[in-house]
Amino acid sequence: MTGKGGVGKTTVSYALGLAAAAAGKRSIVCEIARQEHGSALFGRDPIGFNETELTDGLWAISIDPDKMVREYLEVLLPVRAMASLLYRSNLFAYLAAATPGLREVVSIGKAYELTLDVRRSPDGAGTYDLVIVDAPATGHGIGFLEAPGTFRRIAKGGPLADQASRIERMITDRERSGVGIVATAEEMAVNETAELAEGLEETGVALEEVFVNGLFPERFSDAELERIRTAREQRPSAALDAAIAEAERAQTQQIELERLRGIVTGVPIDELPFLFAAELGVEQLRRIASVLS
Amino acid sequence: MSPHLDAILAGRSICICAGSGGVGKTTTAAAVAVAMAARGLKVAVLTIDPARRLADSLGLDELGNVPVRVELGEHGRGGGELWATMLDAKATFDEVIDRYATDEKARQRVLDNRIYQQISGALAGSQEYMAMEKLYELDEEDDFDLLVLDTPPSRNALDFLDAPRRVTQFVEGRAMRLFIRPTGFGARIAGRGFSVVSAVLRRVTGGDLIADLSEFFSAMAGLLSGFRDRAERVEGLLGDERTTFLVVTSPAGEPIEEAGYLRGKLAEGDFPLGAMVVNRVHTTGAPGAPEEGSREALTGLLGDEDLVARVLAAHADRGVLADRDRTNIEALRAASPGVPVFEVPELSDEIHDLDGLRAFARMLMPDDAG
Repeated sequence: MTGKGGVGKTTVSYALGLAAAAAGKRSIVCEIARQEHGSALFGRDPIGFNETELTDGLWAISIDPDKMVREYLEVLLPVRAMASLLYRSNLFAYLAAATPGLREVVSIGKAYELTLDVRRSPDGAGTYDLVIVDAPATGHGIGFLEAPGTFRRIAKGGPLADQASRIERMITDRERSGVGIVATAEEMAVNETAELAEGLEETGVALEEVFVNGLFPERFSDAELERIRTAREQRPSAALDAAIAEAERAQTQQIELERLRGIVTGVPIDELPFLFAAELGVEQLRRIASVLS
Repeated sequence: MSPHLDAILAGRSICICAGSGGVGKTTTAAAVAVAMAARGLKVAVLTIDPARRLADSLGLDELGNVPVRVELGEHGRGGGELWATMLDAKATFDEVIDRYATDEKARQRVLDNRIYQQISGALAGSQEYMAMEKLYELDEEDDFDLLVLDTPPSRNALDFLDAPRRVTQFVEGRAMRLFIRPTGFGARIAGRGFSVVSAVLRRVTGGDLIADLSEFFSAMAGLLSGFRDRAERVEGLLGDERTTFLVVTSPAGEPIEEAGYLRGKLAEGDFPLGAMVVNRVHTTGAPGAPEEGSREALTGLLGDEDLVARVLAAHADRGVLADRDRTNIEALRAASPGVPVFEVPELSDEIHDLDGLRAFARMLMPDDAG
């Protein structure tokens, strides 16, 4: 899942997870960011780098790319003492800072591990039917998906490059992997979605679905809106103002939504409602999930 | 009553707009630039990724790495000028290399290096640093009264604060160089465990990567002192008394939290925070309008019970957002004593011309005050 900042990428990721879990799929949302948000949505303490079941069939893990070097080294190196040595020396951290694509390979590497039929994690974790990666916002988004290929080309050989190749094969395998773009029906978000969709074609990663989030309800017909406007001229009313503002916003959104449908063709475009709530929580996620399923 | 933004910006020559993604940073930066140009100043706005319509609204087909003059029309009657540029991080990085390479061969050696080619676009902090580099260049070489910087959409709004240091540390690559050429003094300091670690790392990464990195750091070595010197001066701009920060946010929970965090970090680093701008604030109705359109009165006006019910539902929804926004903004104000907080109401359409930017700016500085 990718998209511009502030469009509700994390919300939609978890809603998708809820919908999948309700359909009987054991699912996990994998947040890749310095700050995690999912635990708060479910009213839980931060979960960090621990696979945690948030609700029936829906799991989550939070990956801070800066902090997961050690686990990664342990997966990569057969002898734990060697991993520990490399980690303590800080050299791998320097290498990760210096080598384009390596940090991303390390983050996606964990998501890749979650998809395996036989898990490598030492604690005997279960397997998942669906792994939802809440990727960094666009700008970073395409770079994130291109990272394994970029890294493989730079490193050419060695176990890390092999791992990067395996990840690259997985994310470009159209049978198994796909990208969902989350957008809002606003000019900049629509433009960015169009650019992202175009960029994806070049990377060989399949665009699976576009989620247009935050759509205002269309409560009034054009004729009704005219009546409301006429009434507003006769008498000031906060309620009429609110109705007009909402209708105008909905109209603008529908224009942008149509524009998006004209540009991005051949994939489903899902429409998700704006959530009028002071704070988002499980109840709101379930509403989005019910639209998705 | 707090001062208007034009008073806050008086005597400042650099205004940095910071905040998380999707909160209207680019629009705020452009609006401030237009309004200050309308007050007779020569202003440049450095933007990162403007929506096409914003570039159009500035009367420009395309923005490039070199500032172009914006036709102000009636907004230029005060004798001011507005210039705009869109940052190209890679081109700016190349310019920095140009500046410090001693000869053509040294320059080409860096530009041709595969690691450099990837890094100049992708290194964490390089976009942020290059935005500041460009800011420094304009400040040094041109005669603008005010430079307005729209910061890149980082994963973290704070990335730009330590970007110069991070980029310099990386380019210096002390630890990496020590490891790449573990001979002589360096190897002796590192001790005997070093060769083991080095062997393990080579085993993980393969030899080619290490060879390329080694080539990169040795190609950069000749440029280092100039680069480091420049980075220090660029970093100095952030804390300069001619600089002020604008923290931009929307009233939703997460951006407000981020804004509070950013405010704290600015205070910690002694960076001058001029004001906060909260965009897209929902209100219920114009001031003076009756608090509630009561069901009876509305039914009298609209004559349709079902329509009235939907109008009231729209009002209730807006009320939820207005309440949320008010609570969040109050919390932000309480946590930021002494910092002016400006509110800009939610607009039903996106801004796409100079008039729109000017109208936006009136929420921050009324025309008659200028």
